[in-house]
Amino acid sequence: MRLTGFFIFAASVALLPVLFPDNYFVTVVGIAAGLHVILAVGLNLLIGYAGQISLGHAAFFGMGAYASAILTTRFDWPGLLAMLVGLLVTGTIAWLLAQPILRLRGHYLAMATLGFGVIVHVILVQATHWTGGPDGLGEIPALSLLGWIVDDDQRWYGVIAAAMLLSIWLSLNLVDSRIGRALRAVRGSEFAAEMMGIDATRAKTQIFVVSALFAAFAGSLFAHQQAFISPDSFSLMISVELVTMVVLGGIASTFGAACGAIALTLLHESLVVFEDYELLIHGALLMAVMIFLPQGLFVGLTQGVRRRWISRIASRQDMKGERNSTVQQ
Amino acid sequence: MLEQIFQFLVTGVTVGSIYALVGLGFALIYNASDVVNFAQGEFVMLGAMNAIALLAAGLPLPLAAIAAVLLTALVGLLLERLAIEPAKGASVITTIIITIGAAIFLRGVASLLWGKNSLPLPAFSGDEPIQLGGATLLPQSLWVLGGTIVLVALVHAFFNRTLLGKALLACSFNRTAAQLVGINVQVMLRLAYGLSAGLGAIAGILVAPITFSSYEAGIMLGLKGFSAAIVGGIGNPMGAVAGGLLLGMLEALGAGLISSGYKDAIAFIFVLMVLFFEPTGLFGHKAAERV
Repeated sequence: MRLTGFFIFAASVALLPVLFPDNYFVTVVGIAAGLHVILAVGLNLLIGYAGQISLGHAAFFGMGAYASAILTTRFDWPGLLAMLVGLLVTGTIAWLLAQPILRLRGHYLAMATLGFGVIVHVILVQATHWTGGPDGLGEIPALSLLGWIVDDDQRWYGVIAAAMLLSIWLSLNLVDSRIGRALRAVRGSEFAAEMMGIDATRAKTQIFVVSALFAAFAGSLFAHQQAFISPDSFSLMISVELVTMVVLGGIASTFGAACGAIALTLLHESLVVFEDYELLIHGALLMAVMIFLPQGLFVGLTQGVRRRWISRIASRQDMKGERNSTVQQ
Repeated sequence: MLEQIFQFLVTGVTVGSIYALVGLGFALIYNASDVVNFAQGEFVMLGAMNAIALLAAGLPLPLAAIAAVLLTALVGLLLERLAIEPAKGASVITTIIITIGAAIFLRGVASLLWGKNSLPLPAFSGDEPIQLGGATLLPQSLWVLGGTIVLVALVHAFFNRTLLGKALLACSFNRTAAQLVGINVQVMLRLAYGLSAGLGAIAGILVAPITFSSYEAGIMLGLKGFSAAIVGGIGNPMGAVAGGLLLGMLEALGAGLISSGYKDAIAFIFVLMVLFFEPTGLFGHKAAERV
C-alpha cells in the first residue's frame, strides 16, 4: 500500500518504450530525465528531509563521472569496478567534508557548499593531465554488465530506468526508516531532536554521504552513456539546476523531486527552440514557484486535490447526517 | 621578486576594492532584512551594461554613469517589491532560491538586451600606465580605489550619522521594535535594496574599463562579494570591506605565485577555511546566535 505510487510509476516507465518505440522523446529525453531523477531524489534527501541546503551538488556528480571516465580510459578498468571505486572515493570525500561543513547553517552552509562546488569545478578544468581540461574526456567505453553491452538508446533507457527506480525505491524506504524519522525530527528542530536522544550530527552526516553517493552513481552512468564528458556538465549552474528540480517538484517528497526533475528536463527540451529565452524563463519560473507555491508544484497540487477530496467526502457525510436526522424526526 | 609581489598586491587591492563594494552591498541588505541576496553580482553587471548601452546611445560618460546607477537602483527596488515582499516570512532556503532565480532572470534579460559578447567601457581618464615604485598601475585602478574609499566613507557615515541609516540598522536588530518606534520597515527594506543595487552598479561601472562586462560577468563578482562579506563577518559592513581587500590580495598573490588558473579555487579554499575555523568571520562580532 505504501509503495502503490511507486508501482504505478514503475509500470508507466516500463510501458513508455513499448507504446512509443524509437521515439526521440522516450529514449533520448527519457535517459536525461532518468539521470536527473536520480540526482534530484538524492539531493532531496538532504534538502527536503534533512533541511540542509547544498549549492555544490554537481561536484559529487562530477566526481562519479570523472572517476569512471579516468579509470576506464586511462587504466582500462572494467566499467562496473570503476563505478564502484568512484562511489567509494566520492563517499569518502563527502564523509570527510560533512564533519566541518554540516556544522554550518543557512547562508553559511550555502556559501560553503557553493565554494566546494567551485573548487571542484576549477580542479576539473585545470588538472588537464588527468581530466583533459576544458576540452573534456572522450572515448569512454560502453558499460558492460556481465557480458551484456549497453550500447544503444533502447538498452540505455532500460538501464537508466532501472537505476532510477532503484533510487526512488531506496529513497522511499530510507525516508520511512529509523534514520528518515530521525532526520525529520532534526529538520523540525535540531535541539528538540537531540533532547530525544537523536544524534543529529551523525544523522546529517549519513544523509549527506548517501546524497553524494546518489549523485556519483548518476555521474558514472552519465559518463558511460554520453561517452564524452567536460567540466561544463558539473558547473555551479548545474548545481543550481539540481536545487531547482527539488524545489520545483516539492521539497520533502521523493515523487515531488522526481516530478521536478522530469518537468525541468522536458522544459529544457522544449525551450531549445527559444534558446535565447531559456535563462529568462528558468529564472522567472524559479522565483514564481518559490513565491506562490513554496511547497513545490507536485506537493502543492496534490495537497490541493487531496484537501478538496476530503472536504467533498466530509460534505457528503454531512448531507447523510442531515438526512438521518430528518428521518428520526 | 619583491617588486613582483608589490605588483601583485597593487592588482589585488584594485580587485579587492570591487569585492569590498559588492560585499558592502550584501551587508546592506543582510543588515536590513537578514536576506543574502544572490542577485548582488547581477546589480554590478547591470550597472556596467547600462552605462555601456547609454554611452553607445550618445550620452556623455558621466551622465551615462549616473543614469545607469539610478536605473540599477530602480531594478533593486523592484526586486524587493516584486519578489522579496510577496514571500515575506519564507525560510532561508526559500529566500536564497528566490534571489538565485532573480539572478538568473536578470542574466537572461541582459543577454536578450545586449547579446552575449563582452563589451568594453572606455577608461575615465586614459590608458597611460602610471609607474609606482616598480609596479605599474592603470589610471582606472586609481578611480576604483578612490571610488571605494569615498563610498565606504559615505556608507559608514550613513549608518552612524544619519537618522535614516540608524533607522535601517534598527530594522536589522529587531524588526518589531523598529516598527513600534515608528519606523516604516517596509520602506526601509526597499531603500536597502535600492541603495545596495546602486552601490553594486557603481562598482560595476568603476571596474568595467579594466575587466569589460558581459551578461554573466556578475556571477563570479557576486560570489566573491558574498565571500568578502562572509570572511569579514556577515552583516558587518566594514568587515566586508576588509574581507574584500584581503580576498583580492590573496587571489592576486595566488594567481601570481602559484597558478592563475587556480585563483578562484584559492579564494574559495580560503573562504572554506574561514567558515570551518572562524565561522563568525575574521572581523565579525562574536554573536552567539549566528552559528
